[in-house]
Amino acid sequence: MRITILSFGIAKDITGKRFLNWEMTAGASVGELRKSLVESFPRLAELASVRLAVNSEYVPETLELSENDEVALIPPVSGG
Amino acid sequence: MLDIKLTESRLDVNACIDFVSAGDAGGIDVFIGTVRNATKGKSVVRLEFEAYEPMAIAEMQKIAEQATEKFGTKKIALHHRTGVLQIGEAAVIIAVSAPHRAAAFDACRFCIDTLKETVPIWKKEIFEDGEVWVAAHP
Repeated sequence: MRITILSFGIAKDITGKRFLNWEMTAGASVGELRKSLVESFPRLAELASVRLAVNSEYVPETLELSENDEVALIPPVSGG
Repeated sequence: MLDIKLTESRLDVNACIDFVSAGDAGGIDVFIGTVRNATKGKSVVRLEFEAYEPMAIAEMQKIAEQATEKFGTKKIALHHRTGVLQIGEAAVIIAVSAPHRAAAFDACRFCIDTLKETVPIWKKEIFEDGEVWVAAHP
């Protein structure tokens, strides 16, 4: 299934693109997507944290992804 | 009543105060987060803010709703800037009105503290000799 990855802040510097199309096996979890992303972009593991948001919501790593989900890479936020 | 805004334009503190003013509110508390000229002793030239806009707005809305529920406030304005900011400019304005001052102070503090933890907005500090995404690395 295809997932759209959005990268922000330093995560965008690491992936090189705001939007990426990512292929995962059906039923893959957020945690499995994280593993796949870190394999492709090892520098993500150097960050203080990276939260994954699915369709604009923070979710548990066990959540099963669905076709065409939009997953955002959220490095440590620093607004305010 | 809530007024949530994410904008590339200059923030307007008077608009925030006007929004939260209410006859049944005896106290208004305002927090303004501004661009500081140095970090860890190093001069900052300017800041750049980037946001995951739909989620940032949704998270700001949640924070204002939680504050209303928790502290019994009347109205909250939560405005955050994006794009390039110069030294001294306001990056965030939070205005809260409540029947009494304690709730206004507490809710305002809750809003800024929670915003800094959950809202997907990122700040890049630009120095004379380089730039860094704030808090990215341990």
